[in-house]
Amino acid sequence: MPNTQPGSAYFLDERKEASEAHTLSILVDNEPGVLARIAGLFSGRGYNIESLTVSETEHEKHLSRFTIVTTGTPMVLAQIKSQLERLVNVHRVVDLTVAGDPLERELALVKVAGKGEKRIEALRLAEIFRASVIDASTEHFVFEITGRISKIEQFIAIMRELGLLEVSRTGIAAIARGPKGM
Amino acid sequence: MALNMSGAEMVIKALADQGVEYLFGYPGGAVLPIYDELFQQEKVKHVLVRQEGGAVHAAEGYARSTGKVGVVLVTSGPGATNAVTGLTDALMDSIPVVCLTGQVPTHLIGNDAFQECDTVGITRPCTKHNWLVKNVDDLARVLHEAFYVARSGRPGPVVVDIPKDVQFAVGTYTGPKDVKHKTYQPRLKGDAKAIAHAVDLMAHAKKPVLYTGGGVINSGPKASQLLRELVRLTGFPITSTLMGLGAFPASGREWLGMLGMHGTYEANLAMHDCDVMVCIGARFDDRITGRVDQFSPRSKKIHIDIDPSSINKNVKVDVPIVGDVGYVLEELIRTWKAKAATVDKTALKTWWAQIEKWRAKKCLSYKQVGDAIMPQYAIQRLYELTKDRDTYITTEVGQHQMWAAQFYRFEEPNRWMTSGGLGTMGYGLPAAIGVQMAHPKSTVIDIAGDASILMNIQEMSTAVQFRLPVKVFILNNQYMGMVRQWQQLLHGNRISESYTAALPDFVKLAEAYGGIGIRCEKPDELDDAIMAMLKAPADKPVIFDCRVAALANCFPMIPSGKAHHEMLLGEEVTDEDIDKAIGKEGKVLV
Repeated sequence: MPNTQPGSAYFLDERKEASEAHTLSILVDNEPGVLARIAGLFSGRGYNIESLTVSETEHEKHLSRFTIVTTGTPMVLAQIKSQLERLVNVHRVVDLTVAGDPLERELALVKVAGKGEKRIEALRLAEIFRASVIDASTEHFVFEITGRISKIEQFIAIMRELGLLEVSRTGIAAIARGPKGM
Repeated sequence: MALNMSGAEMVIKALADQGVEYLFGYPGGAVLPIYDELFQQEKVKHVLVRQEGGAVHAAEGYARSTGKVGVVLVTSGPGATNAVTGLTDALMDSIPVVCLTGQVPTHLIGNDAFQECDTVGITRPCTKHNWLVKNVDDLARVLHEAFYVARSGRPGPVVVDIPKDVQFAVGTYTGPKDVKHKTYQPRLKGDAKAIAHAVDLMAHAKKPVLYTGGGVINSGPKASQLLRELVRLTGFPITSTLMGLGAFPASGREWLGMLGMHGTYEANLAMHDCDVMVCIGARFDDRITGRVDQFSPRSKKIHIDIDPSSINKNVKVDVPIVGDVGYVLEELIRTWKAKAATVDKTALKTWWAQIEKWRAKKCLSYKQVGDAIMPQYAIQRLYELTKDRDTYITTEVGQHQMWAAQFYRFEEPNRWMTSGGLGTMGYGLPAAIGVQMAHPKSTVIDIAGDASILMNIQEMSTAVQFRLPVKVFILNNQYMGMVRQWQQLLHGNRISESYTAALPDFVKLAEAYGGIGIRCEKPDELDDAIMAMLKAPADKPVIFDCRVAALANCFPMIPSGKAHHEMLLGEEVTDEDIDKAIGKEGKVLV
């Protein structure tokens, strides 16, 4: 008899279902350690974080909003949501991807160094991508670009050939479409 | 009512206002102000343990036997880190514990001060929630919130870390009634539609089974009564996890015994073959399900749990009901009666006939080896001689724990304290101390193994100090029995480091602590020896060194990576079976 599962009382088979990327919006009390609590939950339970942003969004109530992009099978994604909701200082968790195609934007600062043709080409392409120049010398530019991940990835890929030095990215901020709030 | 007082006074006041009778702890530099306040009052009694780990287990024992919150007070640094195992244990088994830790003064936090550690950082993943209180005016609110969080919803341990300067500082005290938690409002009532759906499934079931767990116990004694009523109404067979023993009486006709890795043949086969499974306050743990992809393949599953994250975590269920077991069972029974639902009697009769066939296997039978005391026999005699007394049982972890679960028969909830989720060796003795503090007149027995007991043996000193007549009943086979059993089954009988050489003389050890030691080596002397243990003076702990057959193993057993219907039964197991039962790859895994 073929031994399909190695002998163990633990569930050892990796689930073969396809993974999906989902964007979660999490409203929490802005207390010390809340970032560690959320990040620790993801690392402790073996979930992925593709992107994480957080900032206090309602100062008078001391509420912060996390935007986390994570990947997993539908069962794992449901677990992530339930596990987050279990945390005592989490108010609400919304899976924006389940709720509908959310608006997602990221900001990147891109430093490009070079002279001559390449320098001119970088500036020309930045205009096409609607990136603005926020710092410059005769040998470099720093571009600020905002947009979807795909646009930023594409811009960075092009700049790689034109003297890309370094990139700083904010991670994704996301919000649901339509007139209703979270 | 607002009062001005020091942080240390607030701690004692808050404990008293929360109705705390006993505090299990160990003093140290960073909690001296609180110990000073303790000294000057009589409302809250302190139980001095001998190691902080013991304090948390004692609080767990207290909590599980009373349904109240267990409270721990330890110092900073090593005091807090020693408590971590107990906190994790309480988290896994959903036991309400409030652990107060001292911390170095706020201005020294982060400076690697003497006995400093990042207590909230270390305990974040092993508590339900934790707080570092930096301002004395927050202290009373946090303490009351801590009790609320620990006991509400799915109970669990919490830590409140209090720097020493906050204990000295003067601030405003607020009482428990003025504290309401902003966010944490767990859902208690189940969804009515889901409950109605569950009733329909149950009424049409041909091969139903109730699979219950620790959630029934945690919900309070009323939930156990409702569970019994549900069984009376339906006549469904019922099994339970290790954590849920006692919610339904073991003497009940519908009782199938415990399920899972060392569960009974009838319970596991009923789980495998059922068409409707009602999971009540259990969580489809891997020791229960065995191989998940073959777990109860043809059943519709109803799952009642207060924690939404337990639903669909390991096993996909058809009807999830999020809510407190007590509330949901009450509503379920009301709906059952309102719909005048009836069971399929003919089908149920056939189902019971099948179950009786499985029962006839007598899966818990064992062979007598020579003239040794068989460990199973020892538990059977212990049960027979204590069943008419007011008895509480705790255990350590290993073979003795499984034999206790199989052979000790529990009739009531809150009588059985064992480390289920974490499997913490050394749990039983301190837990028994906590139980005995809460129930001074009752018989409290820690069923132990010779290896486990040595992990927290220092708590004998606590028992002696507080004149607690706890009985430590050691099934002494001179091995870490469960480790050895797995080595025999999985690792080619290579008994690596699981023989306990140089065991102490347990009788002399008991006497050295100031307790009573009893040894028994022969089956025909066992009853008299157990009676001597039970009749021992009411102010001294007893260690009973029960020398049992060294090589007995714990069966039935679902071998590694197998499904419920592929159990190994003790009587039938041959070396060849063992060899075949577990694949080569499996031998590297647990």
